[in-house]
Amino acid sequence: MSQSTRWFAVRQALTRKQVTTLTLLSFLLPILVWSLVSYVPFLWHPKIEIVEPGSITWLKPGMLVEQQVFLDQQLLAAEQKTAPPEGFRANPIYLPAPHEVATAFYTAFTTEPTRSSEQWLHESLWHSIQVIFWGFTLSSLIGVPLGVLCGTYVAISRLQEPFIEFFRYLPAPAFGALAVAILGIHDGPKIAIIFIGTFFQQVLIIANTTRKLDVALLEAALTLGAKKFQLLFRVVIPGILPDLYRDQRILLGWAWTYLIVAELIGTSSGITWFITQQARYKNFDNVYAAIIMIGIIGVVSDIVLARLGKRLFPWEKEQVKG
Amino acid sequence: MTAIELPSYLDQSEAVSARFDKLKQREVILEVKHLGKQFNSQQGLVTALRDINFKTHRREFVCVIGPSGCGKSTLIRILAGLESPSSGEVLLDNKPVFEPGPDRGMVFQGYTLFPWLSVKHNVMFGLEMQGHTKATAESEALNWIDLVGLEKFADAYPHQLSGGMKQRVAIARALANKPRILLMDEPFGALDAQTRSKMQANLIEIWRNIDITVLFITHDLDEAIYLADRILVLKANPGEVEELIEVPVPRPRTADQVISPEFLATKKRLEELIHPPTAEDDTDELHMIRMTHVGDDVEVMD
Repeated sequence: MSQSTRWFAVRQALTRKQVTTLTLLSFLLPILVWSLVSYVPFLWHPKIEIVEPGSITWLKPGMLVEQQVFLDQQLLAAEQKTAPPEGFRANPIYLPAPHEVATAFYTAFTTEPTRSSEQWLHESLWHSIQVIFWGFTLSSLIGVPLGVLCGTYVAISRLQEPFIEFFRYLPAPAFGALAVAILGIHDGPKIAIIFIGTFFQQVLIIANTTRKLDVALLEAALTLGAKKFQLLFRVVIPGILPDLYRDQRILLGWAWTYLIVAELIGTSSGITWFITQQARYKNFDNVYAAIIMIGIIGVVSDIVLARLGKRLFPWEKEQVKG
Repeated sequence: MTAIELPSYLDQSEAVSARFDKLKQREVILEVKHLGKQFNSQQGLVTALRDINFKTHRREFVCVIGPSGCGKSTLIRILAGLESPSSGEVLLDNKPVFEPGPDRGMVFQGYTLFPWLSVKHNVMFGLEMQGHTKATAESEALNWIDLVGLEKFADAYPHQLSGGMKQRVAIARALANKPRILLMDEPFGALDAQTRSKMQANLIEIWRNIDITVLFITHDLDEAIYLADRILVLKANPGEVEELIEVPVPRPRTADQVISPEFLATKKRLEELIHPPTAEDDTDELHMIRMTHVGDDVEVMD
C-alpha cells in the first residue's frame, strides 16, 4: 500500500490510523464546539451572572439576567450615581459546561433522592434496563419465530403480513392510555409500549431477512434429501442466523427509542423520571449526564453484541471484505 | 491456409465401437420420455423444451450442450425434481420422478455449500438427512473428502476455499448420498481455465473409480468432448434434441487428445450444430470505420 493514503479518495479504504483518528474526531469535534461555547466568554454567552447587585435591590448574586437588562440597570445606577451591579457573561442554565456535566456523571449517582420514596440514579437506570429487557424479550419470543415462518411459508406470510403491515403504522404511544387501562399504572403498560413499538417491525424485518436466504441453498438441501422441517431447522434458520442477529441488534436500538415515551406512561419511572425530575430542579448537568448515559449504554451494548456476533458466527468472518 | 482433412465424427474405431455396444447393453438408469416444458411469460406461453427423449446407461457419462436459451438448465432442474415438466416423464430405474431426492445428486453452477457448515459437515449433511448416525456420517464424509483430495480442509469453512475447492466439496457432498445419477449444471462454468481443466481431469478420475452415472451440462465444446461418452445436443426455441452424438475419442482420455482427428471432427460437428453457418442475423458483426491515423491495416500490413 502506498505510504500516503489520501483522505478524500472516492470510496477507497483508509488506513487503521486514519480510521482511529476520524473516530476520535467524530466525538471530539462536538465536544470542542461545546467547550468553545462554554469557555470562551465572547462566544455566545447571552446572559450575565450577577456577582454584586450593587444598588439594584431586585438583583441577587448568582442570578442570570439578559445582557440588555443588565446594561439598563448599570445605566440606571450610573444616572442615580449609586453603586452599579457587577457580573460576568454566562450561558443559560440549560447549557452547563462540559466539566460540569463530567462531574455530574459522578455526582448524579451520589445525589440523594429528594424524597425517600424516590429512586437513586442507579436504581432508575436499572429499572429502565429491565423495562427494555422485558419489552424486547417478549417481542422477540413471538416476533422472531413468526418472522421466520412468514419468510419461509408464503401461506403464513399472506395470513399475517397484511395486518402487521397495517398495524405498524399505528404509533405505539397511541396505545398508552389503553395499555394503562388494561395493564395498570406500573411496568405493564411500559413494557407493552416497547413491545408494540418493536414487534410489528420485527416480524416484517425478520421475514424479509428470511426471504433473502439464497434459494439455491434450499434447492441444494432438497437434492440432498432434506424434507419439510429439516429445511426449516437445518437450512433456513442456520442460514439466516447471522443476519437475524444483526437485525436484532438494530431492533434493540429501536426499543431504546421507545423507552422515554414508555416511561412517561402511567407513573413516570426509570431514567425518564430521573431526567424530568432533575430538569424540574434545574439540575441540567444531571440531565445531560443521564442522556449521555443512555447513549453510552446503547453504544457499549451494541459493541459487545457485535463482538459476540463475530464469535458466534465464525463463518461470516471476512465475508464483507470478500 | 490448408484445411486439414478430418474423418467423419461418425467413424468409430473398433475399440470405441465395442465399448459403446457394451455400454448400451447396460441397464438404463435414467430415461426421459417425451418431456416438454412450457412457461407463462409476458410474451405468452413459451415452450422451453419439446419432446425430449433419451436414455442414460449405468456408468455412462452424458453431456448436454446447446446454445443459450435451449433449456438445458430447465432440463436438469426437471431431472433433479426442482421443477415439474408440463408433459412427458422422467424415469429413474424405471420409476417416475416427481420431487427432489437423494437418489439424484446435483452439483450447481453457483456455489451452494452451506456457509455455516465446515467442509466435513457439508458433506455429512445429506447423510444425516438420510438418518445415518453422526459417527457413520462423519466417517463416510471423511472418505469422500479424501476422494476429492481435501482432507486438509475438512474443518475449513466454505469462505476459506477457492472456487475449485468449493466445487470439489459440492461433488463430494452429492456423491456421499450414493445417488444413482450425478446431475451437474455447468459446475465449472465460473472457474478459470486452468482450474477448470484440472477439475475435468479430477471428475473423470472420480467417475472411473465409483459406480456413478453422470449427466453434465456445459456450453464448452471441448469440455463436452473431453468428458462425455455421448453428447446430447439441444437447439433453442424451442429446446429440442438436435442430435445425440457418440464421441469417437477413445478412452482413457488425456489432455493431448484435443488435437486428435476424432476430437476435432466431433468439435467441427458440434460447431456446425450450435453455430449453424446459415445464421441470418448479422448482429455479431461490427460495423467499424477506420479511426486510426496510422495508414496500414495491422492484420494485413498493407
